[in-house]
Amino acid sequence: MASFKSTKIPIYPKLGEKVTPDTLYWKNYKAPVQIKEFGAVTSIDFSSLAPHNYAVTASTRIHIYGPFSTEPVKTFTRFKDTAYSGKFRSDGQLLVAGCEDSVVRLFDVSGKVALRVFKGHTKGVHVTDFTSDCYHILTGSDDYTCRLWDIPNSTELTSYKEHTDYIRCGTTSKLNRDIFITGSYDHTLRVFDARVEKSVMTMDHSQPVESVLLYPSEGLLVSAGGRYVKVWDLLKGGQPLVSLKNHHKTVTCLSLSSNGQRLLSASLDRHVKIYNTTNYKVVHNFDYAASILSLALAPDDESIVVGMTNGVLSIKHRKSPEEKREMVGKQRMQPVYRIFVKGRNYVPKKDDFLVSKPVKSHLAKYDKQLKKFNISKALDTALESWRRNRKPEITVAVMKELDRRGTLKNALAGRDEQNLSQLLNFLIGNVVDPRFTPVLVTATEMILDIYQAVVGQSSVVDRQLVRLQELVEREVDYQQDLLEVLGMLDTLFATSLPRKEVPCPGSSR
Amino acid sequence: MVAHAEIRVVHLGGSKINFREPVITNDSRFLLCASGESVKVYSSSSEECVHDLQGHTDLVSGIVRNPSNHLQVYSCSADGTVRLWDFTDGILIKTFIIGYPIYSIYVSENHGGVVFVVVPMANDKSSELFQLVAVHLPLSGDQEVEARELSAVLCDVSPSGAASFGRKGEYIAAVKGLQLEVFFFKNQKSHRFFLKPGNKKGAKNAFTCVSCHPKEDCIATGHEDGKIRLWRNFNQKKEYTYSTLHWHHGAVNTLQFTPEGTNLLSGGIESVLVQWHYTQENQKDFLPRLGGAITHIAVSPDGSLFCTSHSDNKITIIQSCVKVSAIIQGLVKGEGVRTDLTIDPRSKALVLNGKPGHLQFYSLHRDKLLYNLDIVQQEYIHEEGLDQFEVVKAAFDTRGDWLATVEERTQKGSELEINLKLWAYDEQTQSFMLNTTVTAPHEDQIIAMCFSPSPEITMLVTISFDGHFKAWLLADHSDTKEGASWSCDFVGGYHHLKPGCCCFSADGSLLAVGFQEVVTVWSPSWELLTTLSQPPGAIRELCFGRLSCSKYLLGTSTKNQLCCWNLLTCSLEWSTPVDVSLLQADPLSENMAAFCSQSGCSDLFVFKPGEPRPLYSQKALCTGKVQRAVFAPRDQMLESCEEHAQWLNRSQLYFLTQHMDLMTFSTKTEEDRLLASSKLLMVDDSVAVTPFYLLLGKHRQQQEALTNPMAERIQLPQGSIAIKELLYTPAHVLPSASFLCSMFVRSLLISSSSASETKVLQHTLPFKSLGSLRNVLVFHEMSCKMNRKYSQDVDKVINNDF
Repeated sequence: MASFKSTKIPIYPKLGEKVTPDTLYWKNYKAPVQIKEFGAVTSIDFSSLAPHNYAVTASTRIHIYGPFSTEPVKTFTRFKDTAYSGKFRSDGQLLVAGCEDSVVRLFDVSGKVALRVFKGHTKGVHVTDFTSDCYHILTGSDDYTCRLWDIPNSTELTSYKEHTDYIRCGTTSKLNRDIFITGSYDHTLRVFDARVEKSVMTMDHSQPVESVLLYPSEGLLVSAGGRYVKVWDLLKGGQPLVSLKNHHKTVTCLSLSSNGQRLLSASLDRHVKIYNTTNYKVVHNFDYAASILSLALAPDDESIVVGMTNGVLSIKHRKSPEEKREMVGKQRMQPVYRIFVKGRNYVPKKDDFLVSKPVKSHLAKYDKQLKKFNISKALDTALESWRRNRKPEITVAVMKELDRRGTLKNALAGRDEQNLSQLLNFLIGNVVDPRFTPVLVTATEMILDIYQAVVGQSSVVDRQLVRLQELVEREVDYQQDLLEVLGMLDTLFATSLPRKEVPCPGSSR
Repeated sequence: MVAHAEIRVVHLGGSKINFREPVITNDSRFLLCASGESVKVYSSSSEECVHDLQGHTDLVSGIVRNPSNHLQVYSCSADGTVRLWDFTDGILIKTFIIGYPIYSIYVSENHGGVVFVVVPMANDKSSELFQLVAVHLPLSGDQEVEARELSAVLCDVSPSGAASFGRKGEYIAAVKGLQLEVFFFKNQKSHRFFLKPGNKKGAKNAFTCVSCHPKEDCIATGHEDGKIRLWRNFNQKKEYTYSTLHWHHGAVNTLQFTPEGTNLLSGGIESVLVQWHYTQENQKDFLPRLGGAITHIAVSPDGSLFCTSHSDNKITIIQSCVKVSAIIQGLVKGEGVRTDLTIDPRSKALVLNGKPGHLQFYSLHRDKLLYNLDIVQQEYIHEEGLDQFEVVKAAFDTRGDWLATVEERTQKGSELEINLKLWAYDEQTQSFMLNTTVTAPHEDQIIAMCFSPSPEITMLVTISFDGHFKAWLLADHSDTKEGASWSCDFVGGYHHLKPGCCCFSADGSLLAVGFQEVVTVWSPSWELLTTLSQPPGAIRELCFGRLSCSKYLLGTSTKNQLCCWNLLTCSLEWSTPVDVSLLQADPLSENMAAFCSQSGCSDLFVFKPGEPRPLYSQKALCTGKVQRAVFAPRDQMLESCEEHAQWLNRSQLYFLTQHMDLMTFSTKTEEDRLLASSKLLMVDDSVAVTPFYLLLGKHRQQQEALTNPMAERIQLPQGSIAIKELLYTPAHVLPSASFLCSMFVRSLLISSSSASETKVLQHTLPFKSLGSLRNVLVFHEMSCKMNRKYSQDVDKVINNDF
């Protein structure tokens, strides 16, 4: 005597992204904190010193925020015009920033007034950085030059005028105090050695370069410009390694996650994409409300800070392990029924005689009704509002099972106005779902057959029938359009495919 | 069969066991059922087949207990004999030759020496009318007796089990069509009762079965519309009455009263055993979901066991109408084997579709059903006219790790439902677990599928009537939590032609798909390498050569051609005009088997693709077309020296004929081996005196004589004494068991000083009688502890002491 086999509820493949360790990792952030700045946020830089404050450059000021504060810890406002590229020195003591008025200012983090002012550029300075020995400053300007400055003397050391357009990005080597890289709107990336008069390496990005990034090993260089993110191998003399085209607007900012395993790119298309640095495949994606200009990650990925064109600074903090555990704990607490646990942990003694009780299999409500051949009741339970709305697949599976038994018509018949309108509502909601269409079309036909005699007696039902008709008509139109598109595509593919000769036994002889 | 006497075509087991009502013996220990040409005796507790009573030469059509001896049964057969068996020892006691084909048999306690059999009215097989005759069995000591003393009882009865004896054997009731006939033996008169056809309100009054109450005058009849009528007062022609019970929605297949008459059991297509209480008819008990439709019910004489036989070749034994205690399952063949015959590479079992929605694994070596795998996993609704899911295709990969199944359900007026399921073998549970379900893998029916044999890649190719073939790959989602699952990798087609067959080469480097007249050959990277064609006639089957013949591709076409292409030159090597209905390749050798149908008969050719001469051929294998065939690898290789039997060395060829008989080829050496193994069991001292025995027997006796003195010496006298001591001493004076144990074990050891010690003990016994056993034991232990070297000295001392 076999036991009753319950109705199989098909598991449909989940649409959308698959759950990977990456998605789990990058989803593990709290809801973003949003701070309104005065203008577009052009640059964000984290201090490498312990509390990891970060400098946010927006409009004519630079704000320094603490790791968890929403109010700025400190503000630098001594700029005559729009400030650019507020950068911390590696010891976190000094901060350098360029300005639209071509002056580069150096601040003490604890002070207010600029310690040093470097004048020499003739146009706005968009790029500033400290060299790795901490005594020099690199600047890049709209006057096509990049210069090195000495901090103690506040004098200009060298000036390179090789770029033929605005210099909008640059970075210094963290391993060698003399090497730095600049990217310009003339589509080139240039590697300079301060000991040499000219650039030592030039790479063509073929788009105005918006951002450059050196890997911690400094063997690879990443550049962003236009819609492309390109990776260059510096050790092979600037050979292009990969070209990534995952954004549909200009990529503005690049960043590496703390362990160097993931690369992040932010774009004007309001997305942040995360790449795996071994195969350069996109593993995750963040959406933001506005075009993104700047992006920075705190050490250990503790927070992701994003600056946008509308002046909003969005900060996402990583969930702490306690919070995570709390969530899990709550879920586990729910199904505690002490009464069921009672006696379960009893360990039988050595010479006790064990009488095994047959395990009673639990059946769902609709299965219980199906087991008794109560077909109408089974359909009623399957149509209960929560099941109908939350899990339409169960309702459809029960309908399919009834259809298989040849009793769907009987189950659908003999319903009153309220019941029928419920049923029609369900059909309107799901009949065009490709997963459910085959079953629901038969059910709809049966309903129309059964109830055509009473059409016109209830305004509610009539209105729903009209809606159903409209829905089906619209769907038919869609299908027709799609088929037309498919036909067009087929012709396109057929013409583009090269004709290939297949060796024929006849021709070989 | 004539050409080569050494190779014989033999029937394999797996015959029907639900053909006729089974019989439970008086002590409820055995269950007997008719199974093809033999009667099988099963143990009702262990489900094992105890005896196979062989002797009939045609289908066994009935078994009954001998009412005068509870250790004997009668069986009847279409070969015109009734045989009496002793089922405990499996011995044929007597054969009664009736001379007409017999279709069923009845006996009654009150009619000693008479059996009632159903035989055709006219003495030819084409006769449609049957009669019930009484046969007086002559008392004679001979093994074979002719029983010609027939007397007709009832004419025009139905051939199968629709008659029953009434209370004390006073009357017999039989039903056929719309008529119930009751024959009273006392006045030799019969009463007939007719029912109207009753077509209105869906009533179908035709009788299906009958059962008489054992204690009262009451006849229960079952009807086609599911009603049961209880007839009373039928000894009057006019004043008879009947009451109606109705629960079954389909026809009542069988009815049976329990021996005391308290309950009436009924069963039908619903597969529910219904137990009606005889006096309170509205009370009934149910035992649902027993399997296939119930065809027969049998009750043991003491009423403790019921057994039901089902349409899916199964017998269920039920204890006191509550618990299913045992299930005897035979090979289910149904109307057709829709899945091909396949061999499970792991268990070497034959796999084919069995119960609805199941795959059955049938062990060929043991002739036993191993298990059923539920493919559809849906509640089976027992109702006529319902379209059910059917398993139509099954395929294993080469290692047996994966099983692919296709189930389909055709429904009037709606789309075809097809599911492709992929099952992974689970080592822990030792069975297949569902891994992936693909709903609607193709738009139309799947014609064939095969796994790629290459070890690097797990790939399945399916071809369908929708003009495409699809390749399914096992994709490992190791980065997600779900684990490996299958997905479609490639969809191919050729000029919108319908594919007919597909085949992988032995190493998996080529895939051949036949599209009507054209064979396309594809590489694993889905490049069309070449096309081969030999019109006219669409390609029906394709098969790659193996091992040394792997450069050949064989194809059969509908226009009676067998072609062989050479894949190296892409040209036709040879072709021959034969109507090949089935082509099978042996997976372990180069051999191919081709079944050809010619003028209503099937011929078999076994050949190598590279050689022009067939290895073996047999004309007129069986009548009709061979439906399915498969090569099953042997457990151990056969060493046969005859050239034409060598193709059977590695594997055995099984095939299914048109009449769904599973047949195989057996060689002489194999039969010898089988015979030897069966002899091994019975060999005892009953060896006949043959020249061989005279030669060998003398030698053996000598050997025995040689070994016997040894055996005598091993029997240690001291051991027996120690045991005697143990046994005859009262328990309350015995020392602890642990103490005794060591002594006892030692007493069994052979020691060099055994002879002297016996002497000691023999001395001891007269002096120290039983009361002081402890001393003896201590002494015994002491003496054992002594070094062997000093033992004799000690003996002397002790002797002096005494």
